[in-house]
Amino acid sequence: MTDVTIGSSDHIAIRHPRLPRFAPILVAVLAVAASTLIGLSIHFNIAGIVILAVLIYLVALPTWSLLIENRRSAVDRLFTTLVWCALAVALIPLISLVAMVVKNGAAQLTGSFFTSSMRNVIGQGGGIQHALVGTLMITAAAAVISVPIGIMAAVYLVEYGARSRAAAALRFLVDVMTGIPSIVAGLFAYALFALFFGAGVQMALGGAVALSLLMIPIVVRSTEEMLKLVPEHLREASYALGVPKWRTIVKVVLPTASSGIITGVTLAIARIIGETAPLLIIAGATASTNWDLFAPQTPTETLPVFIYSQYSSPGLFPKFATDRAWGAALVLIIVVLALNLLARVLGRIFAPSKSH
Amino acid sequence: MTDVAVTTKSPRQAPRRLGDLIFGSTARGSGILILAALAGVAIFLTVQGIPALSASSSDLAGHSTFVGYVWPLVFGTLFAAVMALAIATPLAIGLALTVSHYAPKSVATVIGYLIDLLAAVPSVVYGLWGITYLGPKLVPVYSWLADHVGWFPLFKGPASDTGRTILTASIVLAIMVLPIITAISREIFLQTPRLNEEAALALGATRWETIRLAVFPYARSGIVSAVMLGLGRAMGETMAVAMVLSVTGVGSITFNTISSTNPSTIAANIALNFNESSGKAINALILSGLVLFAITFIINFAARLIVARREMR
Repeated sequence: MTDVTIGSSDHIAIRHPRLPRFAPILVAVLAVAASTLIGLSIHFNIAGIVILAVLIYLVALPTWSLLIENRRSAVDRLFTTLVWCALAVALIPLISLVAMVVKNGAAQLTGSFFTSSMRNVIGQGGGIQHALVGTLMITAAAAVISVPIGIMAAVYLVEYGARSRAAAALRFLVDVMTGIPSIVAGLFAYALFALFFGAGVQMALGGAVALSLLMIPIVVRSTEEMLKLVPEHLREASYALGVPKWRTIVKVVLPTASSGIITGVTLAIARIIGETAPLLIIAGATASTNWDLFAPQTPTETLPVFIYSQYSSPGLFPKFATDRAWGAALVLIIVVLALNLLARVLGRIFAPSKSH
Repeated sequence: MTDVAVTTKSPRQAPRRLGDLIFGSTARGSGILILAALAGVAIFLTVQGIPALSASSSDLAGHSTFVGYVWPLVFGTLFAAVMALAIATPLAIGLALTVSHYAPKSVATVIGYLIDLLAAVPSVVYGLWGITYLGPKLVPVYSWLADHVGWFPLFKGPASDTGRTILTASIVLAIMVLPIITAISREIFLQTPRLNEEAALALGATRWETIRLAVFPYARSGIVSAVMLGLGRAMGETMAVAMVLSVTGVGSITFNTISSTNPSTIAANIALNFNESSGKAINALILSGLVLFAITFIINFAARLIVARREMR
């Protein structure tokens, strides 16, 4: 050990030989060049060339590493490449999907697309006005049902139940509820409303009930997380002033957590606004606008159902129907993204100021 | 334990106010309402589903009993979901590792946003994309598979010429469950005790060895529950499968993934047939929905149990 003097590595190799820092880039360039040459000579398309380049890289870099460095480094380099490949493979569908929706949908977004319904439309024209009305109405009704129940249940979990066994069971079952398939929620609403209005019921309120079943667990969990973050000393300061528990919750705890709660609710709305299956079952599909949430036996179109029905029953002129489906898909994605963005902005606006 | 403090009522305790009573019971009532809704799902589906047990074969797509009707659908649901998971799990773990261990922080944030975007796309849009873009693109791949790997049961062929097969549906499902599995795995990878990782690095482990020796053993139960939650989601996913899959009746039990004869799934079968059905055919669809609810409930229950055990540790 004492032989080793720093700076003189002439005799004893302390370090393993390493590949140069630019090795991955060099191999990548060579792999692309080689696969382009091979690909062009045997008439591959671009996808084939890219896949071949990745395969060459996957073999070449670890092999080089195995020859110069050691087996462990080679394995490390192999897995580093595989991990980045996973990222690339996962992003391809996303990019392709967004590109498709924007390319096919952008041309549809004219003024009349938003202001006309599908009533009496056979060929070109028509729009999503009736679907927008339905989506807004049903989503708003779902939020009106879910938000109070969700927030109060979270208040119970944090403020009243705390560590009790009942609260633990509720928390667990709410978690399990987040996994209920959306179509089952639709069937539940149908089975419930069929008791009152007879078989074959189609009602906007039923859609709201189905969506609430999906939304409540999300609201409960996000609100609960936010309430848990409220510092205990705020509650105790309030109690010390003789404020009753319920006023403490309403005036101190909930306002402190409001930014997080609003963010959570907005994200929950963004999650359910794209739901199709339950609305297909209980709210149905129609070409006309329905403004009445409580009208039994009256179908109400929503944006996701519009996309589905334009594609699945396109009528006499399938091209126009498919175009409308893409236009509606673009609108729906924009709405969902806007809600996600809104959630962040609202969270920032309502964030409690740091001054106190 | 500390029963004493609870049982002896402190004389200084504030008198219970009416407001507290109302507010407290409203909170409690909301919790009970949620549990009632969950129980209601099971009860209403059972009540509306029971008549299907006496349905005739005309209401059961030609099958004489409900079990014969629902069995191919259960098979299709499990088959499509398991294939989707087989595709999605390695990708999701790779993706989660990129975010947690490989990418620099700024890149990781961008990837995080992109994964959120993937989760934000509604399922009906995935369906539209799957049927108009992905399906046709996969047709040459399927015919190549049928020609060259046809001895393998999954790729027996003859290849479908529309691309609307159970494999296409599984690929779309895989893309849809990817964000869930990634998000949960990433959280768990990031929770790995820093000391464990640094100990591995100090022993001279490479990055991959650190992950294999320190991160994976710690994260194993978390990954299992993430995959199970993804499985539950994949089984319940409706629109993408309903739109992509080309299916006759309730589908057929086959392991051939690329032909035009496909199994169907419970959820897709309900969505495709509900509005055209009446009488006991509706009851049969509702009862099949109860079967789906039961299966996903058990899977989610087990997954959450694993998570809860983990948090107790």
